[in-house]
Amino acid sequence: MPTYRPGPVSLLLAVLVALFLLMPLLAVIPVSLTPSRMLTMPTGELSLRHYRSLIEDPRWLESILLSIRIGIVSSILSTVLALTFSLGVWMFQPRFTAALVGFVLLPMVVPPVVSAVTLYFLLTSVSGLTSFFGYDTWLGVAMAHSVMTVPFATVLILVSLSQLDRRIDLAARGLGAGVWERATRVIMPNIKFGIVTAALLSFVLSWEEIGVTLFITSVNAITLPRLMWMGLRDNIDPAIAALSVILIVITVLVLAVRSVITRQKASP
Amino acid sequence: MRGTLSDRAGAALLMAPLLLFLILAYAWPFLGVVKWSFTLPTPGLGQYHALLTDELVQSVFIRTLRIAAIVTLVSVTAAYAITVVWVRGSPVQRVLAEFCILVPFWISVLTRAFGWVALLSNRGLINTWLQSIGFISEPLTLVRNEFGVIVGMSHFLIPFAVFPLASAMRSLDERVLLAARGLGSSRMRTFWTVFVPMTRSGIIGSAMITFVFSLGFFVTPAILGGGRSVMIAELIYLRIFQSPDWGLGAAISFVLVVFVGALMALLFRYVKPKQLV
Repeated sequence: MPTYRPGPVSLLLAVLVALFLLMPLLAVIPVSLTPSRMLTMPTGELSLRHYRSLIEDPRWLESILLSIRIGIVSSILSTVLALTFSLGVWMFQPRFTAALVGFVLLPMVVPPVVSAVTLYFLLTSVSGLTSFFGYDTWLGVAMAHSVMTVPFATVLILVSLSQLDRRIDLAARGLGAGVWERATRVIMPNIKFGIVTAALLSFVLSWEEIGVTLFITSVNAITLPRLMWMGLRDNIDPAIAALSVILIVITVLVLAVRSVITRQKASP
Repeated sequence: MRGTLSDRAGAALLMAPLLLFLILAYAWPFLGVVKWSFTLPTPGLGQYHALLTDELVQSVFIRTLRIAAIVTLVSVTAAYAITVVWVRGSPVQRVLAEFCILVPFWISVLTRAFGWVALLSNRGLINTWLQSIGFISEPLTLVRNEFGVIVGMSHFLIPFAVFPLASAMRSLDERVLLAARGLGSSRMRTFWTVFVPMTRSGIIGSAMITFVFSLGFFVTPAILGGGRSVMIAELIYLRIFQSPDWGLGAAISFVLVVFVGALMALLFRYVKPKQLV
């Protein structure tokens, strides 16, 4: 059977768009190898000094560790909250489900800058109460990141629940399993993949979050994106180029591994 | 039998933690921000009056709408071109197109904005190259202006514009296209008179998503605009952290939410949410 394929004009335009999409990602590679202390193209000799400064400068390492800690805590919080909520929706199908899910998805739809002002208001209001939770604390950042990532985790878990066969839950219920057993021994093992994906996505979104973080940190809770932002605004530090190259390489590798795995699953 | 919980109590117990979390950490402080807009610095509608009369605020609103419109046009057009190949291309073309869409999609907004700085700045790739071949003698100003902002934002938004288009292109009936070709219509004519009209819902969805995202954009304009082409989101940031004028920042935020909400309501009259992913 013949198929409708794009013609030469379509292909040419798509190649131009593809170049546009990849260009800035490739441009950081030569910049990261410059021997100069400023953002320039290397002329002649190449140097790895900016990669070395990522390891030797304690600021980079500290903010990387902080971002990992915040990412793990906020990812656990998001995933647990999203999971219990989604189980409630799926198992009991309460009235007003659409409205409740809509409410949960708000932080995903509202412009991020407005969420940022909102979380700034929250954290400055509670700052007076304790010293470890509030504006410019790592726990405050982790909580704010959870607000921003929980809609994504909820969507992923609801989607994987929607693909689950209700009859296995009905069978468990008919055999006398309680709510807790149905949830933990019947439903959750069947949506493992969705739960893990939700946790990973929450971590990644927190790891690279900058829009909200800018509003709720100043000098103490400097996450990696926050440190990059500071280096980008003032005198541009070529170490950012080195860091960008590393992050891009990691992304490409993860995507490649993922596509190999899904391909293997598709063709047994 | 252990299932002593009634259905209603079970649902409430499971759903309560997230709902409480978002009420306390999101809905309540949002109302606080709205309150700021009516009470700071003095109670009343002063901030909203300022919104309507302040020339700086108005010029920022107009610039934001203009940039958002241009970015939408560029992003949807570019996304359309690459989505055609992603959905309809040969298997190899599909893999390559998917790679070019997903790699930028997963890379953080900061890294991507920085990539454009590396390309477009005075000592960046493009200016260095153009000078070395003797095409120009002085570097071109490609960032710290509206051009840089539009390029950077379009680059960020193309992958988001792709998904509604791909969903529309996947669901259309291929036999109609083949029929048009079989009846002697040229490639161009088939594309413009059959293919494009059949993906209308995807185009509307894609344009709306891009436009709504552009309105609240912060990071890319702040980096590539260099403080010279300030958009709404950066204005809110400046009002809260630099001039401290929390009331005006809050009022702009509230207006932005209402405007985006109205746009979303309009969007869902034309497109079902399922067609957007």
